[in-house]
Amino acid sequence: MGLLTNLRDSISRVTDGLFAADEPKRIGIYGPPNAGKTTLANRIARDWTGDAVGPESHIPHETRRARRKENVEIERNGRTVTIDIVDTPGVTTKVDYKEFLDHDMEKDDAVRRSREATEGVAEAMHWLREDVDGVIYVLDSTTDPFTQVNTMLIGIIESQDLPALILANKTDLPGSDVQQIANAFPQHETIPLSALEGDNMDEVYTKIAEYFG
Amino acid sequence: MPGPKANVDAADDPDDGDDGVRIDMISGARMEGLTSMEKIRLILDGVREGNIVILEEGLSPDEESKLIEVTMTEISPDDFTGIEIETYPKAEAGDQSFLDKLMGRESTQKLTVIGPANRIETLHKDENLISTLVSRK
Repeated sequence: MGLLTNLRDSISRVTDGLFAADEPKRIGIYGPPNAGKTTLANRIARDWTGDAVGPESHIPHETRRARRKENVEIERNGRTVTIDIVDTPGVTTKVDYKEFLDHDMEKDDAVRRSREATEGVAEAMHWLREDVDGVIYVLDSTTDPFTQVNTMLIGIIESQDLPALILANKTDLPGSDVQQIANAFPQHETIPLSALEGDNMDEVYTKIAEYFG
Repeated sequence: MPGPKANVDAADDPDDGDDGVRIDMISGARMEGLTSMEKIRLILDGVREGNIVILEEGLSPDEESKLIEVTMTEISPDDFTGIEIETYPKAEAGDQSFLDKLMGRESTQKLTVIGPANRIETLHKDENLISTLVSRK
């Protein structure tokens, strides 16, 4: 009976694998607010589909809903990898509407934005537990990566056994320190890039194909 | 069923509004029998009262994820702006026993400090030290 069960499981794994290979993988773009997640999502979507995913802004929590761009086909080394990109709101443990008032926003708008931001972060956490097959974790390489949100999120991603690619973004800015990010998460490969300028995107696409293909 | 309470007796609960900051240090043994949602409720109820909650053994990654999610649903303008949470960085996998690795059991034993976002500020953090500033109100 054990032999038959093992044989059936093996066949099931092979057939599941064959069918799964045809399904686009859902790749969540995660990270703290203002790391450049939407800029990256737009860069990938524009490079391979011609369309953008959503508006970019220097104001935190511009992205307040997870947005999906489906069937992005990335060609690398003679093969095509199809992914769905999920651009998620920046994850945080606190949202205070008063911070938006510093960006010339009326109180009503700031309160509405903060409410939408909290809903978006809750949604992003739910996606991470239930609905993504891999994670691109974007960090601003000009800021300290040793934050609790980063530590917790990387821990959550690892506990789910999701393949994760860490991107050190904003290398075009003067204070960029890619090594600091590599030191913070030595168990993962860190790829430098500027999503805004499109620097090093070739390596990013090669790694996306390698990790999620 | 009433939710678990960090403070056992109301008579032991001084008026913590003016004079100081209350710190609830919750042992691993107390958390052990609770479900994930009971742990999160225990933490958030304390934090929303303005207390600092210190967990001897911390939360699992899945529970941390749910804590963020539930915290977001409870944030409201001029009332609750969320939480500040600090733990030591995750222990290396090498700290786990062979049996734990084999059974997929994670070691979550990491001292964790949680407080209201508007009252607690992290001054310094590294592998061995968490230094925080707690304001009264």
